[in-house]
Amino acid sequence: MLDFSIELEPHIPALRRFAWAMVRDSQAADDLVQDCLEKAISRWHTRRQDADARSWLFTILRNLFLNGVRQQARRGRHLGIEALDDVASPDGGGERVVIAKDALAALDGLTEEHRALLLLIGVEELSYQQAADVFGLPIGTIMSRLSRARAQLRRAIESDERVPLRRVK
Amino acid sequence: MTEDDRLIGEDDLDGFIDGQLSERRAGEVARYLAANPQVAARVEQDRAARDDLRQRLAFIAEQPIPSRLRVAAIQARRRAVWMGRLRVAAACAGLVIAGGASGWEAHAYLEPPAVPQMRGLPVATADAISAHRVYSMETIHAVEVAAAQEAHLVQWLSRRIGQKLTVPDLNPQGFALMGGRLLPTGSASAAQFMYENRTGQRLTLYVRANAGDDTEFRFAQTGDIGAFSWNEEGLGFAMVGSISREALLGLAETVWRQLDPARPVPKPSL
Repeated sequence: MLDFSIELEPHIPALRRFAWAMVRDSQAADDLVQDCLEKAISRWHTRRQDADARSWLFTILRNLFLNGVRQQARRGRHLGIEALDDVASPDGGGERVVIAKDALAALDGLTEEHRALLLLIGVEELSYQQAADVFGLPIGTIMSRLSRARAQLRRAIESDERVPLRRVK
Repeated sequence: MTEDDRLIGEDDLDGFIDGQLSERRAGEVARYLAANPQVAARVEQDRAARDDLRQRLAFIAEQPIPSRLRVAAIQARRRAVWMGRLRVAAACAGLVIAGGASGWEAHAYLEPPAVPQMRGLPVATADAISAHRVYSMETIHAVEVAAAQEAHLVQWLSRRIGQKLTVPDLNPQGFALMGGRLLPTGSASAAQFMYENRTGQRLTLYVRANAGDDTEFRFAQTGDIGAFSWNEEGLGFAMVGSISREALLGLAETVWRQLDPARPVPKPSL
């Protein structure tokens, strides 16, 4: 019999870290991780045998995050990468505290995709192939988006002001 | 050297930062960077940003795993859901001893809940959480009828709900019945039973007539108040409290077990 605690628990610290970095709220982040683990357990048998558990878990987690973002988006509003930006920085609210040279604060100004890429590759140390699996994109696309994400982050850190979020009406 | 320069691309620079290049390729990039200080500075910036992110986020990965995320806890909850489905399939009677559900139509999804952050929750659950929020704060008037008059309380609420109720016993879990009250829910009535433990922590069990056929055991949370809700035999239940999800689940399961047809019904005369 498969022991899920051996299969899944070693990944929990990384899943929590990624979730927290995306939502910046411990409770909400752990809710996401819990949902992710529930899905992983219930769908374990549907997983491709050769698939890497780590990138599979991050795929589920990111999809849950995106679902949550979509649910929060008001009906009739444009949905897409830009729309995700609104929810991108939960600590944003009205006041944006600017801390120069703070990569974590600078990250808030980027799109969801750029943030997820920088976190998964830079912090979680996923290989480019694993990241391509998580995003469901060819590895070449991942590479070019990673370059763009790094450029965005550099600019955000360099400028004294955070990159203003584009608001979608 | 110049040939190598020409071949270096952005992907090489990223691969260099991320340590995803072959040793040979990494060596070529290093030589390129030595000859191109401006690019080298940029790569250094990227690397510093990545290290900053790692360092700032390290504390989360270093925390012990919260117990609710333990695989064993998640599996226990899944089992509870599965058992619930079985139980509903067995069409048991527990709290519901006699029928008389006629005229009690589905109220559960009729209107949107009033509190915005509870949007998306079934009305019954939203009502249960609101009622908990309001009455569990009360020191003197927490309940309308105290537990001392339990028989009267149960008869009264059963009559108003339209089905006979019994009150689950949570004493073994450390929660004593304080009493209960009648609540409005849409145009109908709901009952709230309140429990308290020795430390003053309060739980409420919300019961209403409900024709919903959604038999899942659901968890919802707004703010620090959590609720497990389920429907059974024409009644909707919600176990509500500001305690950990695991503890609340344990209590909801206890209530549920007291509905188990395999066990003798405690007080059929109520």
